[in-house]
Amino acid sequence: MSLALAKKYEEPTPVTKPSNPIIEVRGVSKVYGNDVVALDNINIAFETGHLTSLLGPSGCGKTTLLKIVAGLLQPTAGEVLVKGKPVTGPGPERAFVFQDFALMPWASVMDNAAFGLKMQGVPRSEREDKARHYIAEVGLAGFEKKYPHELSGGMRQRVGLARALAVNADVLLMDEPFSAVDEQTRRKFQEDLFRLREVEKKTFLFVTHSIEEAVYVSDRIIMLSPRPGRISEIIDPAIPKGINPDDLRRNDVYLDTVEQIWQGIRKYVE
Amino acid sequence: MTLFGFRMPKMASLLVWVIIWEIIGRFELVMLFPPFTEVLAALGDVVTSRSFGEAMRITVQSYLGGLGLAIAIGIPLGFLMGLVPAADKMLNMWVNTFLSAPLSALVPVFMILFGLGTPTVIVTVFMFAVWIIVLDTRAGVLSISPSLMEMSRSFGASRAERFKMVLLAALPEILAGIRLGMIRGVKGVVIGQLLVSIIGVGALFQLYQQNFLMAHFWALVLILFTIALTLAELVAKLEKRVEYYAGVRS
Repeated sequence: MSLALAKKYEEPTPVTKPSNPIIEVRGVSKVYGNDVVALDNINIAFETGHLTSLLGPSGCGKTTLLKIVAGLLQPTAGEVLVKGKPVTGPGPERAFVFQDFALMPWASVMDNAAFGLKMQGVPRSEREDKARHYIAEVGLAGFEKKYPHELSGGMRQRVGLARALAVNADVLLMDEPFSAVDEQTRRKFQEDLFRLREVEKKTFLFVTHSIEEAVYVSDRIIMLSPRPGRISEIIDPAIPKGINPDDLRRNDVYLDTVEQIWQGIRKYVE
Repeated sequence: MTLFGFRMPKMASLLVWVIIWEIIGRFELVMLFPPFTEVLAALGDVVTSRSFGEAMRITVQSYLGGLGLAIAIGIPLGFLMGLVPAADKMLNMWVNTFLSAPLSALVPVFMILFGLGTPTVIVTVFMFAVWIIVLDTRAGVLSISPSLMEMSRSFGASRAERFKMVLLAALPEILAGIRLGMIRGVKGVVIGQLLVSIIGVGALFQLYQQNFLMAHFWALVLILFTIALTLAELVAKLEKRVEYYAGVRS
């Protein structure tokens, strides 16, 4: 048995508290089975209209936290409030983008993108108009009648994104959305996400294991540490607004932030 | 396949066997095999006979009856096993046992239970066809990607809608099960009628054998084989159409 006493865990406090939080996570813990603590007493709020990343090594519970916010998983303890109301299950104000796209292989791009609206009972012509708009928005105009297996991985995820955007939710929950697409597509995707955030004025919760991606796209990065899953650090990348993507990747603040995060994470990887 | 640089059509190998058959028949090497040309001649005889029409009617009837029953019961049973772990635990062993058991041995039992007639044949077809449909449906239901189900929940799909999704996602496997069930059902209908031996094709086989009409006997075999293969081919075509939509599971 180790004699060293564990250092008392101190929860990091963000530089600025969210003034207008849309999601509040209060004392959320998740235990799988009897003793696997995926999340341990998480308290965090997410600012309206911001893109917040959950970043951490694998096994830190970031996807678990996202799914609890989505209402797809029940927390063992604690609660999540969305717009002040406790979450009991999935709801129309939250839309999920899946890591493996989760498209229906038997349905066309149009039917996949309109799925959420159909479930809400929106009449066909109206939902197809909306879906068509968002299919174009994600850059897939002209592909409405194609089927998922006719599309590349990146294009499939765009359909997943269009489906999530079409229901006009306030919050988009994205679970490593770009991890299953190739590097070039991924960069293009991140840039599109940038633009989309400006246009759509939605709140994004973004799970990723890529440091560069997190620093690049986020207003705030919540870093989680594994076993038990806790918040280890909160970083607001101070990257100048309106910088173009090519300059950003050479920006000093960007590079320093990436390095700082890597130093914080490496002890869990080694 | 190519032979000496020529592309051979798919059925070419059949021709070789037909020629060997013809030779064996011509030289009366094996008493059971009349020349193939004689079989072909008998084919017309068999097809135009009144008893053949009647036999086919009864055969098709019991085949469709048994197969319909197998589909109607097999798919829900497969769903039950795929969705409810307790049901799966209880039934899985039995379904697998029946799938590999020599079911012909049970036909005499069916005869006692259902009499010497069409019901016994229907039950035989059912028993031959149903288990593979159950197992394939179960496999289809179990192979649905969890994230697709999460997706349906997160976008607020109702129970009925979620069920429809399970059905569509499992459709390729279900169709594969039905195709295999159809082929096994043909076995079932022939074996059932042979053992009951007073109805349908079974009665015809009996008649031809007792009167040693071997050409007629083989003509009938040929017809049944062709029907079975054509049926399987038809469902395989349908399957391909569905797999076009569902084959690439992401």
